[in-house]
Amino acid sequence: MEQTWMKVIEPKNRLLDLKLDELWRYRDLIMMFVKRNFSSQYKQTVLGPLWFLIQPFITTVLFTIVFGNIANISTDGVPQFIFYMAGNTAWLYFSTCLTSTANTFVSNAAIFGKVYFPRLTMPISSVIFALITFGIQFAMFIGFLIYYVCVGSVNPNITILYLPLYILQMAMLGLGFGIIISSLTTKYRDLTVLVSFGVQLWMYITPIVYPVSTMSDKMYKLIMLNPMAPVINNFKYSFLGCGRMEYQFWLISIIMTCVVLFVGIIIFNRVEKTFMDTV
Amino acid sequence: MSNLAVKIEDLHKMYRLGTIGGGTLRGDLQSMWARMRHKEDPNMMIGQEAYTKNEKFWALKGISFEVEKGEALGLIGGNGAGKSTTLKLLSQVTAPTKGKIYLDGRVASMLEVGTGFHPELTGRENIYLNGAILGMTKTEVTRKLDEIIDFSECEKFIDTPVKRYSSGMYVKLAFSVAAHLDSEIMIMDEVLAVGDMKFQEKCINKMVDVSQKEGRTILYVSHNMNTIRQLCKRCVVLDHGTVKFDGDRDEAIELYLGNETDKGIYNNYEDYNSELEHTGSVKIIDVEILDRRHAVIKENERLKIKVRWKANKDLSKLCFRMPIQFRDGSAVGMYISDHIENVKAGQLYESRIDLNTIGLVQGKYRIDIIISEINMFGGHIRADIVGNALNINVENVLNSVNNIEWYHNAWGSYSFPDSNIKTFVI
Repeated sequence: MEQTWMKVIEPKNRLLDLKLDELWRYRDLIMMFVKRNFSSQYKQTVLGPLWFLIQPFITTVLFTIVFGNIANISTDGVPQFIFYMAGNTAWLYFSTCLTSTANTFVSNAAIFGKVYFPRLTMPISSVIFALITFGIQFAMFIGFLIYYVCVGSVNPNITILYLPLYILQMAMLGLGFGIIISSLTTKYRDLTVLVSFGVQLWMYITPIVYPVSTMSDKMYKLIMLNPMAPVINNFKYSFLGCGRMEYQFWLISIIMTCVVLFVGIIIFNRVEKTFMDTV
Repeated sequence: MSNLAVKIEDLHKMYRLGTIGGGTLRGDLQSMWARMRHKEDPNMMIGQEAYTKNEKFWALKGISFEVEKGEALGLIGGNGAGKSTTLKLLSQVTAPTKGKIYLDGRVASMLEVGTGFHPELTGRENIYLNGAILGMTKTEVTRKLDEIIDFSECEKFIDTPVKRYSSGMYVKLAFSVAAHLDSEIMIMDEVLAVGDMKFQEKCINKMVDVSQKEGRTILYVSHNMNTIRQLCKRCVVLDHGTVKFDGDRDEAIELYLGNETDKGIYNNYEDYNSELEHTGSVKIIDVEILDRRHAVIKENERLKIKVRWKANKDLSKLCFRMPIQFRDGSAVGMYISDHIENVKAGQLYESRIDLNTIGLVQGKYRIDIIISEINMFGGHIRADIVGNALNINVENVLNSVNNIEWYHNAWGSYSFPDSNIKTFVI
């Protein structure tokens, strides 16, 4: 009596079975989660999505005052405001991707415990939601950028065509680290505390509030090993024309990103099977 | 090509008892470091032996059964029998420790209705969301939307955020989504225990439809034997993580209910001494339920019991009293026997009591047995008392009265059988 089975549930997944086909089948669910995030965050608020703009704007103003005017850090001759805003907008996207996926398991334990769907839909929808926020913030950035271009103080160049790649890489890196952390937090809750703190520290080893041009060669190489550093650096070069394009370290950081994401998905798939017993 | 929908093979599930790991990364690293140097683990309790930090608990100890396509299988068992674990494994919420589950068809699980409902979203949005969670695509949901809304009886509030719904509406909507899914295998855990009676009936009918007309497979877990009886023909009885019985529904239910009573059909009370005041002039030795294998009776059956007792004193008049309580402690009634006269000291007696329990509705009951001396003024003095001497489980039979859920709190435990109604056109 032979019977073909649609599905076999076994104690463990195969290590490299990433189940991406299943994820694709649930693509509608991902979009539903994005919509859910959006409306749950902004229903019954006065300003609604305007909050997306207020946050980076005020941070930029603050950076301009603190790092620009008080600390007097160089901005490579670019107007301080747009310099900080460029770094800030990009960084905010990455950090949102990271922090919003980092607590996937713990914060969704209630629903994960009741019904099965590919768990990766949750972090992926968080990343897509972050992309929407980024889109709005980026539009604001472009608005200011056009003003500064007209004034003639910044000169964007052809490398802005790399933008989709920048975005994709930041999303992949944020997602990768996020799901690794979320997998570990099912056992070690103290990691959640580390996340917000760690992201803050990470920002300071990424050239957001300072340019890399003033650094010593050794320091430069060191800081460029931070996978976010080449992305931010190149982002600034493309849009503001400051500093120079960095290809070598960018390639390294892209490889790092792919590895992190790949490892992340493997760990995530292993944890998702039994995390309900430990969370 | 055989027609099995589910095949479970030697399924094991182990849980660890107590806290898992140190809970913090630092604690675990510390323990690991200590173990590596063969030192004592600083996070271990004093006196605890190494590596026995977590005790294991096997929730399932190797269960196997099969479900045919289109079959509605009931899964019954007491608390901790492993029903919910089985369903969790089937719906992939967690993975088995050992063993395999083969599935042929998409699985829709309703371990708890309304999971995945988001309070801020409207009913309509939640239908889409819930449908997507359960594996439907947007177009599939759209195609069934009207049917779902219609079934849920919530069309008026469908564009209101569900946080303003009553709990009943919430459940109705959730059930509707799940019931209209295009899944071949449905897994449900007591979801019908909610909602008003009319809706419960509607749900049951829908489920019967689903399994019989649409040919979908249902795995149903419930403590409500009524719904089990309506829905399933075959039942698997689980007990402490093993399959105790697999087969005919009625036999399974009887076995389960019999297991559920804390006492069997025979109880010895020779060494029992009640804390309640009694003279001790007689002693109840044992109590036995006659003509039955389990302490289970049907609603339309009488209960026959045998009590053996010994007199320690000459007594002129005695009687039996048997207060009956529902399992929650609410009083149901009391039986007072005819007088027993001229009891001699040292003599053993056997009393057979035929109790008319017809009319007791389904549920668990406890019966105390009291033998009272009757004094010259006709007053009763307790000679011996055995509290909770018998536990019986009354099992319902399907008839016009008891086809509904019985609300013991409001309705008590007696259904007035043998009453009748005649209605005339006037």
